[in-house]
Amino acid sequence: MKKDRFLAWLDGEEDLYEGNVEVKPQEEYEVPQEVLMERMRENKRLRERVNDVEHNREYKFFKHLYRILAVDFGILLILLLLLAVSFLPPVGHAANPDNNEVSARYIEKGLQETGAVNIVTGMILDYRAFDTLGESHVLFVAAVTVFVLLRAGKGKQEENDRIYEPKNDTILQKAAFVLVPMIMIFGIYVILNGHLSPGGGFSGGAIIGSGLILYLNAFGFAKTERFFTEKTYKRVCLFSLAFYCLAKSYSFYTGANDIHSAIPLGTPGAILSSGLILPLNICVGLVVACTMYAFYALFRKGGF
Amino acid sequence: MIILQYLLLGFLVVCAVSVSLSKNLLNSIIIYMSFSLVMSMIWICLESPDLAITEAAVGAGVTSLLFFVTLKKIHAIREEETDEEG
Repeated sequence: MKKDRFLAWLDGEEDLYEGNVEVKPQEEYEVPQEVLMERMRENKRLRERVNDVEHNREYKFFKHLYRILAVDFGILLILLLLLAVSFLPPVGHAANPDNNEVSARYIEKGLQETGAVNIVTGMILDYRAFDTLGESHVLFVAAVTVFVLLRAGKGKQEENDRIYEPKNDTILQKAAFVLVPMIMIFGIYVILNGHLSPGGGFSGGAIIGSGLILYLNAFGFAKTERFFTEKTYKRVCLFSLAFYCLAKSYSFYTGANDIHSAIPLGTPGAILSSGLILPLNICVGLVVACTMYAFYALFRKGGF
Repeated sequence: MIILQYLLLGFLVVCAVSVSLSKNLLNSIIIYMSFSLVMSMIWICLESPDLAITEAAVGAGVTSLLFFVTLKKIHAIREEETDEEG
């Protein structure tokens, strides 16, 4: 019997309080005018007494105390950090803990195992490719979160921003006309040469993203929307992240099971070398460039 | 070279302190941009040009731009807006 009623309540069929608890409607209640005035005066007096620095000794005392405590805490924190720094080992010492077998292996066998002349990229996209995959996903998730948050307040502001958008600033447009192609080419160079020279997917992607933002600022949303919309962003990110996942899963699978990988490493130093690193660099670069641009577009008008 | 590095490091500290002491939000963002630029020069001195490129593109470029846009959205840089309209 009891259980049935509980289930009925759970399904919303029966109200357990109905008939069991006495329910009275609230009576009309009005505060007299004098009481209201008295309350307001009381509040005002209280505020005056609290903010009366010259006579309120407690207020004065705590104001000073908080200031002193804040400074003390800052100094304490700085001293603590300096103390921690003083315990760090000297730079470049042979007995430092970072000079262990891991970094020795990276330096000695990195070129042979990954085929990348740039050891840093070899480490990031081969030995520690899982980290980089996580980083790309963090960027993507951050962009999606901003999208969700800024989409909520969509409406009037967006139109407002669009009216001001193409300002047709001659100086900016001429400068962008010269600079944007160079920035783009430099970014593409940094991505494609990630395994040969300093740089890589993240740096190159950030450069291309900045170039896109400059182009957007100079020429407005109407022009960028011809080649970059929300759909483009979704497709590019999905493709890049999925390809990264699949490619790295393959190499993890072959590596863990000691199967010979079908991807040739090529001659170190050539553009088409070092196996998966070049396509992975391109993927990371695409995700980063699109996310940078998407952040700016989202902040600007809450959409693409 | 060592002197230059110490100079840059000193400038870094000056930038970091003045960001927090500056009353004007626009000024603090510009100081923050210069902090990033100095930092990217220090990365070059520390022989990591890839980090220098990233710092210059992300720190000085994209992050400050996002700050600017945010300030404009919350109407913290009102004077500039009137300039644009006038």
